[in-house]
Amino acid sequence: MFFNAFIIALREIRRNLTRAFLTVVGIVIGVAAVVTMVTLGRGATEVVKAQISNIGSNLLILRPGQGWGHSGAPMFNKSDLRTIKDQVPGIHALAPFVNTNVPAVHLDNVRNTDIQGTTSNYFEIANWKIAMGRFFTDAEVLEGASVCVIGETIRKELFGKGVDPIGGKIRCKGMSVVVVGVTAVKGQGGFGDDLDDNIIVPYTTLQRRLTGQAKKDNINQIMISGETGYPTANIVADVSSLMRERRGLTHNEENNFSVFDSLQLADAISSSTRVMTSLLGWVAGVSLLVGGIGIMNIMLVSVTERTREIGIRLAIGARAREVLLQFLVEAVTLSCVGGVTGIALAYVFCSLGAEAVGAPFLFDPKINLIAFVFSAAIGIIFGFMPARRAASLDPIEALRHE
Amino acid sequence: MIPRATPPPPTATGVVFEARKLRKVYHTGELDVVALHGVDLELNAGELVCLLGASGSGKSTLLNILGGLDVPTSGELIYKGWQLDGSREETLTLFRRNCVGFVFQFYNLIPSLTARENVALITGISLDPMTSEEALEMVGLGARMDHFPSQLSGGEQQRVAIARAIAKRPEVLLCDEPTGALDVTTGITVLEAVERINRELGTLTVVITHNAVMSEMADRVLYLSDGKIVNSHRNETRLPASQLKW
Ligand SMILES: Nc1ncnc2c1ncn2[C@@H]1O[C@H](COP(=O)(O)OP(=O)(O)O)[C@@H](O)[C@H]1O
Ligand SMILES: [Mg+2]
Repeated sequence: MFFNAFIIALREIRRNLTRAFLTVVGIVIGVAAVVTMVTLGRGATEVVKAQISNIGSNLLILRPGQGWGHSGAPMFNKSDLRTIKDQVPGIHALAPFVNTNVPAVHLDNVRNTDIQGTTSNYFEIANWKIAMGRFFTDAEVLEGASVCVIGETIRKELFGKGVDPIGGKIRCKGMSVVVVGVTAVKGQGGFGDDLDDNIIVPYTTLQRRLTGQAKKDNINQIMISGETGYPTANIVADVSSLMRERRGLTHNEENNFSVFDSLQLADAISSSTRVMTSLLGWVAGVSLLVGGIGIMNIMLVSVTERTREIGIRLAIGARAREVLLQFLVEAVTLSCVGGVTGIALAYVFCSLGAEAVGAPFLFDPKINLIAFVFSAAIGIIFGFMPARRAASLDPIEALRHE
Repeated sequence: MIPRATPPPPTATGVVFEARKLRKVYHTGELDVVALHGVDLELNAGELVCLLGASGSGKSTLLNILGGLDVPTSGELIYKGWQLDGSREETLTLFRRNCVGFVFQFYNLIPSLTARENVALITGISLDPMTSEEALEMVGLGARMDHFPSQLSGGEQQRVAIARAIAKRPEVLLCDEPTGALDVTTGITVLEAVERINRELGTLTVVITHNAVMSEMADRVLYLSDGKIVNSHRNETRLPASQLKW
């Protein structure tokens, strides 16, 4: 009975193909848009999350100045480092970070890159893994040894394929260092920057050999990792008030430093994704509502057109509820055809869009299923009124209908 | 009351319909139209009855009431001992579904279904149907089963409608001007189909016509005028439908 109703529904759709197409366009667009956006959004979020965890997942960075520019804002020093370590609770480890951009040379190969000076626990704080050789040690930091750990990009650019870089010499202006290790590939950072394009040396070495005499003691940034489970927001607050105190800022002066919290960034990203998703939900709701009204409209037209048919069915003994079922099945078939088309279209959009956006296409059965169930529900809800109108027709009146 | 599942068993003889003082009044606005004016009637199993009368004399109204499509305003209507007047719509639906086959003037097939599927509309919902194929064979359309109504001539469409009506093996076959929209030759093929059903299945058959010639194929002819049966006569012999001329 259901199956028969379904077959007849398909026939009716085929008989009025153009009309059926126009009717379901709303639902097709609604479903396709939502499934595409949600799928791509999820892919993008995953990418960003992975990038953030590349930087280090509960990593705090103390920077001079506000925002990204920090011209004029005072730098940090060793004493800041020590005080934060001693006075702020919840800190697992911290490391100074000094960097400068100079050309690095190995034999004939030159590359302008980021030379980063730090201590050995930076590797743990910033979630670095070793691919070849080793990290440098605390002792090497203390004595300002001429050693470095390089990223994969530097290895490729300076040493080339198939050459073992360990023991190789790199010269950066007045500083000459020996490669002791190569870090495992991290790929892109949160802002699309190449995380493997750097040379990491003991900060003591960098301060002594590369930076000018005047800024010798300057530390550009302080990297802090929180204890797992300890709220990073507390660390941010404590570090901020400590630094304000050390810098003698009065209550109406703004911070001349900032604390970047990777966890907060992750939260911000996922909450903005949530906002996007709920916004999309509304857009979807509206377009599905419009689609549903389209279906209701066309089903009412269909009931009028097929009044005689309904009359015949009732006259030969079909029950009202059988007629109701027939029209309901037709409405649901129509809306499901729309839903399935929308899902298929979304699949195409996602495959094309994933490359354009640079996010992976993570096929999510759940959102597809939800979209399908939703479109079926639209058919039931908006098909019910026309179907009931059909079922309540008087057979004689219906038969007389021209 | 008609029982829910099983209709009364078909009987070869005996009274099928018994109507007394049937009245039907249509209320349209301020005007009351009296379509039936006290009809008394008895129809027996296996009979082929012709209803003759001018247009507007109440033939369709009477047929619709007999078939449970419409209800009388007053009067009594007994179907094999079951009182039909005053029945609930649900009961009438079951009566139509299980006991009555209808054929209308305008074939009234569903255009999106093939001949076979149009007939299957009935075989799908009735108690002891013949197959669509059997029914279509009986009206001589065995070869056209998978054609859509638009691919069939008027006479062929009407024969599909007859096949649909009789596929449920109804106790009663009611035809409202089945040849009204057809030319003579095709009209005769349709009447032959009706005659064959009546003869082979023993189905009580009522055929409305306003063409007196057609009444020669009937056992009995009832004349309606102004909502009353004004005359009736019994034919000594039935003329085969194929020999009708008009
Ligand atoms: N639904 C209706 N509403 C009002 N009047 C009707 C209706 N159906 C039939 N009539 C009237 O009842 C009378 C009998 O109609 P009908 O039974 O169709 O006659 P016939 O079939 O013999 O031509 C006519 O006067 C017709 O106008
Ligand atoms: Mg009539």
